[in-house]
Amino acid sequence: MADLEFTKYLLSRPAPGSAGATGTWRTYRPVVNQDKCIKCGLCWLYCPEDTIDWLEDKSVRINYDYCKGCGVCAEVCPVKVIDMVKETVV
Amino acid sequence: MSIRIDQLPRDKFIMPGTAACPGCPLLIGLRQVMMALNGKMSLVIPAGCSSVIPGMSPATSYGVPTIHVPFASSPAVASGLVSAVRMRGNNGPVVVWAGDGASSDIGFAALSGAAARNEDLIYILADNEAYMNTGIQASGTTPWMAWTTTSPNGKTEERKEMALIMLMHKIPYVATASIAYPLDFIAKVRKASQIRGFKFIHLYAPCPPGLKFDDSYTVKIAQLAVETGIWVLWEYNQGKLTISPPSAMYKDKSKRKPLSEYMKLQGRFSKVGEDAMKIYEAKIDAYWNTILKLSELYK
Ligand SMILES: Cc1ncc(C[n+]2csc(CCOP(=O)(O)OP(=O)(O)O)c2C)c(N)n1
Ligand code: SF4
Ligand code: SF4
Ligand code: SF4
Repeated sequence: MADLEFTKYLLSRPAPGSAGATGTWRTYRPVVNQDKCIKCGLCWLYCPEDTIDWLEDKSVRINYDYCKGCGVCAEVCPVKVIDMVKETVV
Repeated sequence: MSIRIDQLPRDKFIMPGTAACPGCPLLIGLRQVMMALNGKMSLVIPAGCSSVIPGMSPATSYGVPTIHVPFASSPAVASGLVSAVRMRGNNGPVVVWAGDGASSDIGFAALSGAAARNEDLIYILADNEAYMNTGIQASGTTPWMAWTTTSPNGKTEERKEMALIMLMHKIPYVATASIAYPLDFIAKVRKASQIRGFKFIHLYAPCPPGLKFDDSYTVKIAQLAVETGIWVLWEYNQGKLTISPPSAMYKDKSKRKPLSEYMKLQGRFSKVGEDAMKIYEAKIDAYWNTILKLSELYK
């Protein structure tokens, strides 16, 4: 198997955070108003980062560890119930 | 064959925490391809943003088997790969996902060759209309008058119509698509996966830093491209060419939104004045006429 040693450098395996904790890039945080959400799934469908889960009950949940705050979800939401809230410095 | 959002797979085909810029259109498009094929595919990707987006070894954000290859070689590598997997009795789709620079300029000869040989591939040109990974140089598909670092006063040349060029290779399937119309794109990818031979899909994927618009507008810009008629969704399937449903109403010029609505949101078109806008509209009409004539020819 010695000749296969090098494959560990050539072969990458799927894992979250391959470019780090990208949630730290965010300046605006998308916040879903769950009461007014019509559970259409469009934000899930278009989120570039795949950081939105569309759950069994069709509500949505955002993973803030990786969400970059692009605002695509807020823009595509047909009933405009995602607010982009400025992150405060801690 | 209509598709519903709630019937699409919800698997995480892309692992979050990628190296893409916020609002990246390529990830939106890649997710749609993976949803279309339910992750059952092999990807071949030449140099470009999509080779950097998956992040750093030993991790990758791509949840499907992917081979990253040198710039001009993806159609050639994919031709070899598909022969090998078919010999092993595997009938799954081999998909090339390539940028506009890789497809319309640097890898064009290899693309043309693979199409001429009618290799059993799905080739997706993910078009962000410039060489983005190296810092926004003009490519063969950068549109007329668009600013890039190599066209500081606006591109003086015309764009190449890649889908029409591929149509003339007489392959079984050619389509255009847009990241703003996922159900149309997914239907096209699924259809392509059922056909033997070379399939070409030209996907419009506007990029915030490269085209100079707000990160949140990626889908909106792609949608406006269709609504203003500057991007036409059509499909050629084994002898028959049709305008796809999202574009159908824009055959009628009066239904199109003013082109300025698309242009004014993008910094790259900031130097397009009223006169140039008129010339632009005439170019759009001419393209529509070509497609409509072709749809009469390929009935
Ligand atoms: C033969 C060769 N020439 C140049 C490069 C440098 N290079 C890497 S990515 C890239 C731009 C790719 O542009 P495009 O194909 O449009 O894809 P995008 O990055 O826009 O997705 C260039 C020029 C290279 N890797 N190989
Ligand atoms: S802001 Fe962008 S990355 Fe974050 S959840 Fe919305 S679409 Fe996804
Ligand atoms: S797009 Fe808006 S309404 Fe639809 S699921 Fe997301 S938050 Fe809810
Ligand atoms: S430059 Fe454009 S295409 Fe490339 S990663 Fe950034 S947003 Fe995506």
